Amino acid sequence: MSIVQESITAKPKKRRINRTPYLLILPGIGWLFIFFLFPLSTLLATSLQKPAGISPDDGYLPAFKVSNYSSALAEYYPQFFRAFLYSGIATVICLLLAYPIAYYMAFRARKYRNLMLVLIVAPFFASFLLRTNAWKTILSGDGLVVSVLNSINLLPQDRILNTSLAVVAGLTYNFLPFMILPLYTSLEKIDPRLIEAAGDLYSPPSQRFWKVVWPLSLPGVISGTLLTFIPASGDYINAELLGSIKDKMIGNVIQSQFIDLRDYPTASALSFTFMAVILVMVYLYIRKSGTDNLV
Amino acid sequence: MNIIKLIREKTLQVFSVLIIVYLMLPLAVIILLSFNKPKGRQNTSWNEFSLDAWTNICRDQTICSSFATSIKIGLLVTLISTIVGTMISFALIRHRYRGRGTTSLLIFLPLATPEVILGASLLALFLNIFIPLGFWTILLAQITFTISFVVVVVNARLAGMDPRLEQAAMDLYATPLQTFRYVTFPIALPGIMAAALLSFSLSFDDFIVTTFNSGRVVTFPIYIWGAAQRGIPPQVNVIASLMFLGSLLLVLVASLISKRRKAIYA
Repeated sequence: MSIVQESITAKPKKRRINRTPYLLILPGIGWLFIFFLFPLSTLLATSLQKPAGISPDDGYLPAFKVSNYSSALAEYYPQFFRAFLYSGIATVICLLLAYPIAYYMAFRARKYRNLMLVLIVAPFFASFLLRTNAWKTILSGDGLVVSVLNSINLLPQDRILNTSLAVVAGLTYNFLPFMILPLYTSLEKIDPRLIEAAGDLYSPPSQRFWKVVWPLSLPGVISGTLLTFIPASGDYINAELLGSIKDKMIGNVIQSQFIDLRDYPTASALSFTFMAVILVMVYLYIRKSGTDNLV
Repeated sequence: MNIIKLIREKTLQVFSVLIIVYLMLPLAVIILLSFNKPKGRQNTSWNEFSLDAWTNICRDQTICSSFATSIKIGLLVTLISTIVGTMISFALIRHRYRGRGTTSLLIFLPLATPEVILGASLLALFLNIFIPLGFWTILLAQITFTISFVVVVVNARLAGMDPRLEQAAMDLYATPLQTFRYVTFPIALPGIMAAALLSFSLSFDDFIVTTFNSGRVVTFPIYIWGAAQRGIPPQVNVIASLMFLGSLLLVLVASLISKRRKAIYA
C-alpha cells in the first residue's frame, strides 16, 4: 500500500471504529460461515458417525468412531497417492506451458494481448465435460495423434485413451488457464524498465530472467500452482472419462462413496483427510507470503 | 547477435500461438461434431454432414429444459454473488480494519478447497439437518464458491485504481455517496462486469459441486454427464458451440463499445 493511499484512508478525525467495512463484509462473510465453515464441521462430525443398521437406508448415528479414518485410509491410500501424483505432474507441465505464453502476453503481445486473454477464458463457456469428452475424439485410436505417436513407437501401450497418460493430459488441458491467468497478472505488473536496467548493467538474458523476472513473478507462480494443483487433485471427471479403472483418483472414491454407496462416514473421513492435506499446503504458502496477497 | 534475438522472439511467439491452438482444439472438435450425423449413439467420430442438430435443438426435451434450469440458476447465482462479493472487495481494498487478514483468508479458503469437498460438506450439512435437495440447494452451493472468484476479480480492478480520483471528487465537495456514484462505481464497473461474467460461467458449467446437491434437478452439465454413458447427442454440441461463439461475440461487442467511448472522450 502506497503512502499516498494510506494518508487518504486514514482520516485525521478522532479515532473511532469505522463501521462501514464490517457492514460491507457482513453478508458475504456470514454466508461463508454458514455454508462453508459450518458444513466443514458437519463433515468432521459425519466422519465419526457409526452405522445405525446394516443398510445405508437405516442412517447413521452420532459417535466418535476414529477407526473410520484408519480403515478408509488403509483401503484408499493408492487413490490418494495417485491424485497427488497426477495433479502434481499436470501442475508442473502447466507451469512449463503457461510461463512462456504469460510472459509473451505481458511483455510482447501488445495489441493482441486482449484477444489472447479472451481466447484463454472463452473455452470456459463451452462445457467442461464436453471439452473433456472432445479429447476422446482427439486421442482416439484411429485419430491423428495416436497414429503419429505410434508410428515412432512412443506409446508403451499403443494407445492413449484409458491410460494414466490420458488422465494427466486431460488435467493439464483443463487447468492450464488457471495457471496462465495468475502468472500473467503478476508478470504484467513488472516494470519492463527493470529488465532494461539489468541489460544496461551488462546482465546476459538468462541472468535478466532468473535474477529479475522470475523472483518478481513468484507470487503468480505460487498462486497459479495452488489454483491448478488443488482443483486438479480433487477432480474425478478426467479420471472417469479418460482413464481406466486403475487410474481412479481420490475424487472418484469420495464421489462414489457419497453418492452411489451412501457410506457417508467413510466418504467424510476421506474428504476431511484430503482437506487437511490441502490446508497444510495453504498454511505453508501463507507463512511464506502472508495474508495480504491471498486474494 | 540480432539473429539469435530474432529466433528467440519468434520461438516465444510461435509457442504462444501453439498454446492457443491447443486450448482451442477441443472446441473445434465440439463445433465440428455439432454438424455430424453420428453413426451409432456415440457422437465421437465423424460420419456425415448434417444440419439436423442445428435445426432441431430441442428434439430431446431434457436438453432444453436442463439448459433453461442452468441459465436460471446461473443468473440468480451471478446476481447474488456479484453483489455480495463486490461489497467484500470494497471493504478489503478501500478500508483498513481489524480482521482484514481474516477476511481475505476466509475468501481464499473456498478457492483452496477441492470442489469435491465443497460439494460433499454441503451435502453432509443438508443431510444432517434434513433439507431436501433440489433447485435451492444448488443455488446455495454455487453461490458459496462463486463469491470468492468475484472478490478476486473486483479486487484486481479496484487495486489498480488511483485513489487520488476519489480525493479530487471529495475536494470538489462531492458527498461520499456522489463520489461513489460518479467516480468509484464507474471505474469499478468493468471489474464488476468481468466478475459477473466469470461467476455466470462458473455456475453454468459447474458439475462437481452441483451433482452432490442437485437431488433430482437436472442442470445442463448433469444432463451431459448422464448422456456421456449412452452417447451425447449432437444437439448438446450445438448449445455448447452457441455458448462459446456467443461469449466471444459479447466480448467483441463490449470491446468495440469501450473503444468508441475512448475515441469520443479523447
